[in-house]
Amino acid sequence: MADLKRTVLYDLHLELGAKMVPFAGYEMPVQYPMGVLKEHLHTRAQAGLFDVSHMGQILLTARSGRVEEAALALERLVPVDVAGLAEGRQRYALFTNDAGGILDDLMVANRGDHLFLVVNAACKEADFAHLTAGLPDCDLGMVTDRALLALQGPAAEAALARLVPDVVDMRFMDVAIRQWDTAELWISRSGYTGEDGFEISVPNAFAEAFARKLLAMEEVAPIGLGARDSLRLEAGMCLYGHDIDEGTTPVEGNLTWAIQKARRAGGARAGGFPGAARILKELADGPARRRVGLRPEGRAPMREGTEIFAGPEGGAPIGAVTSGGFGPSIEAPMAMAYLPADLAEGATVYGEVRGKRLPATIAPMPFQPTTYKR
Amino acid sequence: MKYTEDHEWLKTEGDVVVVGITAHASEQLGDVVFVELPEPGKAVSTGDEICVIESVKAASDIRAPLDGEIVAVNDAIVDNPGLVNEDPTGTAWFFKMKVADMSKLDGLMDEAAYNDLIG
Repeated sequence: MADLKRTVLYDLHLELGAKMVPFAGYEMPVQYPMGVLKEHLHTRAQAGLFDVSHMGQILLTARSGRVEEAALALERLVPVDVAGLAEGRQRYALFTNDAGGILDDLMVANRGDHLFLVVNAACKEADFAHLTAGLPDCDLGMVTDRALLALQGPAAEAALARLVPDVVDMRFMDVAIRQWDTAELWISRSGYTGEDGFEISVPNAFAEAFARKLLAMEEVAPIGLGARDSLRLEAGMCLYGHDIDEGTTPVEGNLTWAIQKARRAGGARAGGFPGAARILKELADGPARRRVGLRPEGRAPMREGTEIFAGPEGGAPIGAVTSGGFGPSIEAPMAMAYLPADLAEGATVYGEVRGKRLPATIAPMPFQPTTYKR
Repeated sequence: MKYTEDHEWLKTEGDVVVVGITAHASEQLGDVVFVELPEPGKAVSTGDEICVIESVKAASDIRAPLDGEIVAVNDAIVDNPGLVNEDPTGTAWFFKMKVADMSKLDGLMDEAAYNDLIG
């Protein structure tokens, strides 16, 4: 696997028996000997440890040193209320383009005197260039000396608290800086599984020791990208490049919850982000199509690319699946698809699988209830 | 037991042949979550795609290993696809077929040849 980058935990993955695959320019563990299905169920029942060090970690500081100015600057690139984000809190955001499409999705945290961003691995260089060009009044730093781990599941809090006792005081989407050994950990109570849990940025030099401490605990197992994908899909979360991309707007992507009142028409800082004309119009009038959840009848999964039809025979496709698979916790197939917005929840549509039209119901997401500690 | 390059095993039981997938194949597929089997009575030709297996990773087909007729299918793996991972060469057989020309079985791999194939 030439030219692929490795995270600082690469040797640990091999030692744990991981099957490594190329992902976003990195050699990453897709599964461990436990297998995707059991890794998924283990995360929902106990705690899973994920290496997500391939993701981009970016520090954003206003030249003035005032976080308020960094927040207002970032608002030029995202349709999100960043200025209203309190210190020690994190929020989901989207970089949009002039056509209203989505360049990437990310997390933004207010860390008192600066912002901390976590972006997708495949987009991180482009995001950094986009930020540099769009925010000349800010200093930007790509963090390259830190690993990023996610600890997810009902036992995540108890496990992490053995190393960092006061994480029990954090609630969903809180961020905090804590010491472990002589290392500074950047912790957020969030994740990509629908479970309670944490994402922990660890200095490279401490990452393996920290991961080993967690993995030595009975309830913690290493989890690969395979289960990460089925967990996030059950939780109804988008995978950038599949469920959202430059050709989908936040409104079409059913992410209007990420556009707070302050940035909408009539809000204190309405518009002022790329693609605002289209996005505000779609917020007012509704989009032509929308990302919805699908629950196929029977057990056959409808995978990405499956064409969706209105009826059991004839007609042109009305949309397509953007992510689909089998949900180990819901014990059923599940999918996301873009469909005409006038189709209501509960409506039956048909996915063409191996030449056969199979019925599926438009269903609410998440498919699996989330268990965040709010 | 005989083997195909598509990682199926074949076992003669009286005048029918029982067909399943090898442990190696089930390992490569990962956790199986869906199986579709043909109708008993179906006439098949060598290479026909007659079963579908979906794992957590991907879908794959099982081909008819020889010409003949499907005489029975294993509904247990439709109801519990995980059985394919647990016991691929035993209770998780896929179908039984009447083979048109039993001598064709001799042309398939034996266990040593199959083990060479999968290295």
